[in-house]
Amino acid sequence: MSEKIIHLTEHPTPPFNSAAMIRSLTLIATLSGLLVVLVVEWTRPMISENQRLAVEHAIFSVIPEAVSWQPISLDENAVISAGKVAGSTLLYAGFNATGELAGVATESSAQGYADAIRILYGYNPACDCITGIKVLKSAETPGLGDKIFTDAAFVANFNALDVRLNESASALANPITTVMHGKKSHPWEIDAISGATISSRAIGRALQTSASKVVPALSGQRDKLQSFSASTRAEQP
Amino acid sequence: MSSLSKRKPAPNMDLFIKGIWEENPVFIMLLGMCPVLAVTNSAINAVAMGVATTFVLVCSSILISLLRHAIPKQVRIATYIIIIATFVTMVDYLIQAISLDLYNALGAFIQLIVVNCVILGRAESFASRHPVIPSVISAFGVGAGFTLALICLGSVREILGAGRLLGLPLFGDNFEPWVIMVLPPGGFLVLGCWLLLFAWLKQRRKPATHHLGEQADAH
Repeated sequence: MSEKIIHLTEHPTPPFNSAAMIRSLTLIATLSGLLVVLVVEWTRPMISENQRLAVEHAIFSVIPEAVSWQPISLDENAVISAGKVAGSTLLYAGFNATGELAGVATESSAQGYADAIRILYGYNPACDCITGIKVLKSAETPGLGDKIFTDAAFVANFNALDVRLNESASALANPITTVMHGKKSHPWEIDAISGATISSRAIGRALQTSASKVVPALSGQRDKLQSFSASTRAEQP
Repeated sequence: MSSLSKRKPAPNMDLFIKGIWEENPVFIMLLGMCPVLAVTNSAINAVAMGVATTFVLVCSSILISLLRHAIPKQVRIATYIIIIATFVTMVDYLIQAISLDLYNALGAFIQLIVVNCVILGRAESFASRHPVIPSVISAFGVGAGFTLALICLGSVREILGAGRLLGLPLFGDNFEPWVIMVLPPGGFLVLGCWLLLFAWLKQRRKPATHHLGEQADAH
């Protein structure tokens, strides 16, 4: 009887070979690392091209008249310089077919219902208004919160949203506010989506925080913005 | 195992069909429910998720089947997870290269394919015990079954919840979408209806098999 038990416990257990385990895990981890690196390297140019196209598409959709664009930076003292500068706000200056300034686009974000909503919006100094927004990233509920970019009536709020400055040009004359659906009575108000109030308000907040800084900083600098039209084009790769 | 590899062409096709019908991972085995319910709010998301999962399933099955004699029993699960995670990371980058919109729509669920039990289940119960060709066929079958199930759910939810199919409007402007269908509860409702349909089909097929052996009636 006892002999039988010993026989049973001895037999099915294979020898515990840690060298083999370490060898196979190392081998497979190395192989998988190699595969991942290959794919990352191979897809890198395609992904950056996709991202560039996405940015370009977004810029052209928020500055309707733009056909070309230049990255520019706006630092805390309202000094504008060409290209991306770390620590400054990145703006995109859009120019129309004749090379005139058609608007400036920049990013902003605010906490939505699910996660932060990132938007790009276009500002046109000629009409002192926002000319369009584009949601770059949102995790809002499909069917409700995602109406911030699927609902045509809501998107139409931003075809000409008033961002005039006050008399001293230090702040917006009227802060951008989100009002209840159907209560919009001023050109600086956003008509919220019924059923997606939190997401609508987030868009309003994102615009207000960014525009209240960027628009006063850009005031009186149209000539400077215009100067990026032809001068820096040649430097672009 | 040797008897299985001797029967060549016929069982191979059966393996494929089995994954779609008898062992459908979603409707019959109820595996991998997280992506099933989460990303099926539109048909295109369902297709993308199904194709991505099938890719990972087939590639990891090939590698696991090739390495099945080299992997020590004690570390097999860890090894399978590394292999699956490798292919998921590859898919993650490939989808970004194909379309950023699609990548944003699928969100975190691409990365979560790693823990999809359909894939680990295939690796453990099939690929680690069979040669490469049957493993690939079986993986393709299960992948196709998973994709079909996702499409079944995704298209119903998109039609009812948004009034569209593959982004094309189906009904006039007067159609009021059932928003609940694209929200999480809609996933459960539609899945329940499909399960009911499958259970009913199974029930209906029963009498035919009972003619063969009446013993089956005993329970």
